[in-house]
Amino acid sequence: MEPIIIEGTSKTPTVKFDSNEGVFEIKGRSIPENSVEFYKPLVDWLDVYKESPLTKTSVNIRLEYFNTSSSKCILDVFKKLEAIHKAKNEVEVNWYYEEDDEDMLEAGEDYESIIRVPFKMIEIVE
Amino acid sequence: MSFNVENYLEDQTTGVVILYYKGNIDSDVINHVLDSVEDKMVQVNEHPKLRKKVYNVLVESLQNLYHHVDRVPEDFEDQSSERYALLIVKKVDSGYKIITGNFVRSENIEKLEERIKRINRSSHEEIKELYKFILNHQKISQKGGGGLGLVDIARKTGNKLEYSFKEYNTRYSFFYLNILVSEEESK
Repeated sequence: MEPIIIEGTSKTPTVKFDSNEGVFEIKGRSIPENSVEFYKPLVDWLDVYKESPLTKTSVNIRLEYFNTSSSKCILDVFKKLEAIHKAKNEVEVNWYYEEDDEDMLEAGEDYESIIRVPFKMIEIVE
Repeated sequence: MSFNVENYLEDQTTGVVILYYKGNIDSDVINHVLDSVEDKMVQVNEHPKLRKKVYNVLVESLQNLYHHVDRVPEDFEDQSSERYALLIVKKVDSGYKIITGNFVRSENIEKLEERIKRINRSSHEEIKELYKFILNHQKISQKGGGGLGLVDIARKTGNKLEYSFKEYNTRYSFFYLNILVSEEESK
């Protein structure tokens, strides 16, 4: 599978999905007006990846900001990971939040309560 | 006398206006507003926590306007704006105020007001649950909105949504939303 590598902009995150490494990353700001357009290729990619995933997949989410329309798309990403996990593969989500950013921590906890995949909440201390 | 969208704004003498905009809301305007407000908050060394909250609430306010405003009435002064809105960001003693204004067709008022009332009568815990419920159960609308914007604003600010509708004519009203992002909530 071809990896997905997208450079971040002021409104969209940096993305690295590489099926050889099994470490996926979404990082930066995710506040586009049309988030479906941005996330659909990622969700489609995961749909293919989930057919023959690595035995272990780690996902690092390191977002500074995300808007509510991205929040639904991120849930779609997690739902694909949940399917991979359900098929007896190891999956972990590392949810990074900046020191004191309780809103971002709470957002991670929301997903953790909806998605049956192990989450690790990691505080970034400057 | 013609309808003036500024007529119904609350007392403008309190607080310092850091951004004032009236006109079309498109993607470039959103970028510009976000950059400019963020720069101003960085310049005055605003606490990162408050800065982030203001930024988040501003993103949702702007994108609510972008996705949901109704077209302006046929006889309104500005006919060139596809998505006409008013936006004011103010620094006040207790934090930041974000005020938005836009036209709403009469038939859409009830639904919008019901949404706001539902949020305003909910406790913080209920708002959290409501957010999670909508996140998990509602599809993104054709317009691209997730139906989460106002809930998210209420959740992040911890404040009630202040609002009013002023009648323009029998078919349109102008809707004002007055959001306070308090310093207190960010400490």
